[in-house]
Amino acid sequence: MLSNIGNSILFFNLLLSLSIIYFAFQELKRNYNFINKKIYYISLIQSTLIIICFFTLIAGFLISDFSINAVYQNSHSLKPTFYKISGTWGNHEGSLLLWVIILTIFSFLFLVTNKNHSKKYRVYTLITQNILIIGFIFFILFNSNPFDVIIPTPNEGLGLNPILQDPALAIHPPLLYLGFVGSSIYFSAAIASLLTNYSGHNFARSIKNWVLISWSFQTIGILAGSIWAYYELGWGGFWFWDPVENASLLPWFAMTALIHSLIVLEKRKQLYFWVIILCLLTFTLSVVGTFLVRSGILNSVHTFANDPSRGIYILIFLSLMIFGSLSILFKRFKSNTYNFNYNSKETFILVNNWFMIFYLFTVFLGTIYPIVTEVFYSQKISVGPPFYNTVIIPIVILFLFFMSIGPKVRWIKDNIDNLKTTLMILLGSVLINLFIFLFFKSYSLLSNLILISSIFLIISTARDAINLLKNKEYNISRIIAHFSFGLLILFIGLNYNFSSEKDFNLKVGEVKKFENFSIKFKDLNLKEFKNYKAVIGTFEIDDFKDNTKLFLSPQIRIYDNPSTLTYEASIRSGLLKDFYITMSNIDRSDYYNIKFQKKPFMVWIWISVILISLSGFLRFFKYENKIN
Amino acid sequence: MDFYDFLNMKIRLIKIFICIVILVIIGTFFLGLNKDSIYDTKGLEGSYIGNIKLDHFNKNEIISKKNFAQKGFTLINFWASWCGPCKIEHPFLIKLNNEPSLQIIGVNFKDKKENALKFLNDNGNPYDLLAKDKFGKYSINFGIYGIPESILIDENFMILKKFIGPITEKDYIFIKKIIKDS
Repeated sequence: MLSNIGNSILFFNLLLSLSIIYFAFQELKRNYNFINKKIYYISLIQSTLIIICFFTLIAGFLISDFSINAVYQNSHSLKPTFYKISGTWGNHEGSLLLWVIILTIFSFLFLVTNKNHSKKYRVYTLITQNILIIGFIFFILFNSNPFDVIIPTPNEGLGLNPILQDPALAIHPPLLYLGFVGSSIYFSAAIASLLTNYSGHNFARSIKNWVLISWSFQTIGILAGSIWAYYELGWGGFWFWDPVENASLLPWFAMTALIHSLIVLEKRKQLYFWVIILCLLTFTLSVVGTFLVRSGILNSVHTFANDPSRGIYILIFLSLMIFGSLSILFKRFKSNTYNFNYNSKETFILVNNWFMIFYLFTVFLGTIYPIVTEVFYSQKISVGPPFYNTVIIPIVILFLFFMSIGPKVRWIKDNIDNLKTTLMILLGSVLINLFIFLFFKSYSLLSNLILISSIFLIISTARDAINLLKNKEYNISRIIAHFSFGLLILFIGLNYNFSSEKDFNLKVGEVKKFENFSIKFKDLNLKEFKNYKAVIGTFEIDDFKDNTKLFLSPQIRIYDNPSTLTYEASIRSGLLKDFYITMSNIDRSDYYNIKFQKKPFMVWIWISVILISLSGFLRFFKYENKIN
Repeated sequence: MDFYDFLNMKIRLIKIFICIVILVIIGTFFLGLNKDSIYDTKGLEGSYIGNIKLDHFNKNEIISKKNFAQKGFTLINFWASWCGPCKIEHPFLIKLNNEPSLQIIGVNFKDKKENALKFLNDNGNPYDLLAKDKFGKYSINFGIYGIPESILIDENFMILKKFIGPITEKDYIFIKKIIKDS
């Protein structure tokens, strides 16, 4: 029943998209400068229906209707209600439905909010966006349909992978998708702009908000995934350079470059084609990311199911998208030379873009390299942190320095008159680093440079903030973004260098003493929960240096559906440091393997990223106000 | 050819280059789809081990193929003092140590020397030769992806069997049988 509703809506939406494209082409023949109400209505109906469709699937999960394949595969009647709902998008089919929702709603919102732009431009955007919608609905209907029916209806579902039953992961896909899929709208707009020769300035104004919104959501979405990895995967790390993490980072780099160069296009009416390329690139990379994750071509924490036919479909779609947009771009491309003064804001923004493209290229290479070796040399390799750290870290240092100086430079041409202050700030940063160095004892030269450059960025940005407040000229979002990026790198640097870790085996009643800690394995309890059993250990941790005592209780969870063991870390977060403990059982023995970690400033890493994302939202609201 | 022709040609070349790069990437993706990406070292059974390079546990020398038994079988066992399951398999290694035609080579994996020595003191030392792999680099060449893991090879360095996880009673009997049958 539910499955029929879902299928019908999807099919109907396919027809609506086709009709929008048809009417849109009709509109192009008419001379008046407004879009026929009919198109608005169809687009509105389409958005409403796709939301209803999604709720139908949620309903299927809520009432545990196991005749629906997606529900059967990913849910279980005993699962908590919250995870029944989040299970809707926690799987391949459901998440594709989320794709289509965002594509559709963004299409409608773009149509409604850009009334002061040229009709041709809006109509072409609508057409392109609906072609994308059709592509994805096709994919859902003919390859990955969440509403597929199983006959006879199974009595019980297979359950959601336990490591996905987690609050951070429940919100992670929707947030990330708002960024990922949100970028589709400026992909479409870029195509429309090329086709209609729309002026760069107006184009920049019309997509600016969309870039900001998708960028902010992408940032916060990556964070949610990172926090999940921190406490769920049990390694104590928050970024593993896993192919899938990289897949979310690639569009982020392109978006960040875009946010910056868009300013040049808006203010100085230059870099038009570069902005277009970035728009096309961002969404293309989002689809590439989806391909890498969903096809199972790479091994990662996200490869929960492999199905080559999905891969083929996405790949065909991707190729059509790339070559379609490329042929339009090549046809319209006019080479023009930019004469930027080397000491101007434009140049510095371009420098930002070079860095972003460099990061993008590095991460892309590292991500697809295992596929290349597999295909050409039949060798299975994985590219891990050493590659990324070696290539990226030295460049980050340089990047932070440019980031500190860049924003102060004026448009068109500037003079070097603030060299003295810059040197003073640099000296200050070196001194602060020296204090940290003395306080924590030694770390590598590269780490020193990372800390110095991030402190340099923090102080420079803080100084900018004071100057801007004096001039009553607020560009608070830029300041927050740069400031918190400095904080982020600083805290990652500190965390990386001063985390400590101890691995040992203990049984109940034993005490382990090392450095200034004593860890007592107090007791072990078995508790029954609704959908799992948990072995909960209680550990008493004494820190002689701070004279503090705390209790941590890591768990080993035994899930029945599907039967899996998960190891839940127990974490005590503090402003200065996190204590992190995991335990795992050792077969046929009373001993448990205990991993104890001290991780300084974890909370500040999260806070920095939240601030970065917040800066995007702030700019969005500020920009909104300016229009009205 | 004037400047603009030159510029146009350059742009055309760049366009062709971009298309080729994208085609290569998409082609690689396509070929990659048909490959099985799940890593499994079981397939190594029956293949030959290439060059061997390991650090000696005590002395400052390198262990290579020369140090391996020229006759009979060799069991290469990867272990560490911090590894719980290693404790479980240890009695079987001790028992296997009595086999005259089996050489047991231990590779101490990412371990601290004093902990490793304490482990051997407490549980006995079954190894004819002890090597160390302090950073886990050498073990990769053996296709190790976790410890304990053991590899049974013959005198020609052919891998007869890989034991992923601790050696069990069943594995112990299996190894004894292979030695007896030869």
